[in-house]
Amino acid sequence: MHNVIYLLLRRMRVPLIVIILSYAISILGLVLIPGMDDQGNPWQMSFFHAFYFVSFMGSTIGFGEIPYPFTDPQRIWTTVAMYLTVISWLYAIGSLFSLLQDQAFRRVVAHTNFAYAVKRIREPFYLVCGLGDAGRLVIRELAEHGIRSVIVDNDETRIQSLLLEELPLHVPGLTADVSDSSALVAAGLYNQQCAGVIALTGDDHVNLTIALTSKLLAPELPVICRAESHDAQANMASFGTDAIINPFDTFAERFAMLFHSPSMYLVYEWMTSLHEAPLSEFTAPPRGTWVLCGYGRFGKAMQKSLSFKGIQTVIIESNPEGTQAPEGVIKGRGTEAITLHEAGIEQADGLIAGTDDDANNLSIIMTAQHLNKQLYCVARQNINSNDAIFAAADIDITLQPGRLIGKQVVDMLTTPLLTDFLRMTSSQNEEWANILVSRIVGVLTDQPPETWALTISPKQTPAVVQLLKRGATITVKNLLMDPRDTATPLPCVALYLKHRDHQELLLPADETPLQIGDQLLVCGQASAETHMRWTALNPHALRHICTGHDRPSGSLWRWLSTRRSNRISS
Amino acid sequence: MNLEKVFFAFFIVLALTLNFGFFIGELDEPNHHNVYELFAALVVSLIATIMKFGDRAHIGAVLLATSLVADLQLIAAVVIWTITAHATDAGMTPMVLASIVSLSGGALLANMTSVIILVTETVMFRR
Repeated sequence: MHNVIYLLLRRMRVPLIVIILSYAISILGLVLIPGMDDQGNPWQMSFFHAFYFVSFMGSTIGFGEIPYPFTDPQRIWTTVAMYLTVISWLYAIGSLFSLLQDQAFRRVVAHTNFAYAVKRIREPFYLVCGLGDAGRLVIRELAEHGIRSVIVDNDETRIQSLLLEELPLHVPGLTADVSDSSALVAAGLYNQQCAGVIALTGDDHVNLTIALTSKLLAPELPVICRAESHDAQANMASFGTDAIINPFDTFAERFAMLFHSPSMYLVYEWMTSLHEAPLSEFTAPPRGTWVLCGYGRFGKAMQKSLSFKGIQTVIIESNPEGTQAPEGVIKGRGTEAITLHEAGIEQADGLIAGTDDDANNLSIIMTAQHLNKQLYCVARQNINSNDAIFAAADIDITLQPGRLIGKQVVDMLTTPLLTDFLRMTSSQNEEWANILVSRIVGVLTDQPPETWALTISPKQTPAVVQLLKRGATITVKNLLMDPRDTATPLPCVALYLKHRDHQELLLPADETPLQIGDQLLVCGQASAETHMRWTALNPHALRHICTGHDRPSGSLWRWLSTRRSNRISS
Repeated sequence: MNLEKVFFAFFIVLALTLNFGFFIGELDEPNHHNVYELFAALVVSLIATIMKFGDRAHIGAVLLATSLVADLQLIAAVVIWTITAHATDAGMTPMVLASIVSLSGGALLANMTSVIILVTETVMFRR
């Protein structure tokens, strides 16, 4: 705020001095010039009358010549004074408006407002850098989970588009160079409430700078970084960046999983995509020859994954030297039939359109499908807003780097248990995954499953804690029962239980007893979450589930029921 | 030589000297206190205030504060003068003039502080 006032005062210095001087000259002139009163006696204006007259003359209100009609010398001077004051007013008002319109001034105002908004945040917040597809998704999902965030991006139009987003929480946005440490400080790097830094810009070097800055200035803050090259990834890891997300590697690893375990892939899709995963199982992609268009960071990751699976690839790349493509690469974009023909698309089983241009990727897919109808197609969609055209094309699997990164960040922050669960499942086999998928599908109707976590704590599950403290045994099964009808289980599956002592249980058995501090990951219909949370909050509902009958809650009824049970037993 | 510094010092010292010129003389003697001098003192004091706008240093803030005090005292003196001369039947009495002059005396003190700060800063500034 101080900055703005100082800047305003400094820039208004000259116009204000001009006004004061022109007023002083006009007033002095009127006082000195002799006048005449209504009786024709010589009369001189006092300072008060002169100030009064100049005030209304200068603002061009004009009440006439008062208190007595002017003499000619007075009129001559008034003519001079009129132009003097009007021009100085116009000058002052003009410079005020030009200052308010000034880009630099507006930037200072925006910066000041932003710093004030950040300072006012009273709950933990995340500092997000980069408002691309991933950043947008992260702030939206965090806001929907009730978690505050602030955003810094160097593109003004992106920050302004934040106003149109209609987020459930206010997310302050700053236009500034994110690789500049002062921008991060202004965004609350030193703030007590800052819970972590998330670097999601599209430039690896900028992300690296952000991670480095925040590790140096605020070493205790966790940093989550997006990285698309292995160089940057290794560099970030070298100084202790807490989590590094490489969308291409993640996708390529998942894709490799699809070859040997489609069920496991489905589980991953359910857990990590944004409510749009299909209910049906994925079919394993064919193991014949694959044509890979674009040997960039994505192409390299995919090629590595495929060759790990022992699958032959033919690479098409428009710039083989720049991308250090291996021998035997076909030069071209892949959008023309001739290049695809040269790569042997007619005999190939699969196609990966992995260039960084969405129009080219779609063109590759459409041309290839014209040549070979049986192709299994994988496409890279770089821009989220191209959803409609990618959905219209006949593509088996689409990679959306922005969504992938965004969802991964959100899961890390809101459901850390999910990351643990997925890590545990990666060592399981396809048979295990098949059983899990059939169990989950068994409780679903027509919507893909929701995943949620429950911590046994006084805040989240007061009822469970209350009963546990009284010595009761609460099992996983108790929580999975419908509070309205205690004989029916809720449509959900307990996926994972993490004990307070870090002991982990995959698919915990129904009889597993719960303890305070345990964390439970559950997956199933969305309605089940509401009922489960109700059970966990309401001691009567929970007791009814555990014992099968209602316990009187008032003291009188409790006393009566004790008497009755005593009488029965005696 | 810095022209800005010349203007700055000029207005601050001029505000003091004009103020002093109005203040000096018998406290309630109308012949010793000229209305033109009061007018000039007020105008120069206002300009001196604006010259100090936007200086973020600590010393700049103190200078601005002393100037605002001087403006306030002089404006009060001018308002009293205007009211007695135009809005009362009794006109200018020695008692009212004494209070106007003592108000300008207060402004004189504030202006003196300004000049002392200015001189101190100049002496400290060894270049």
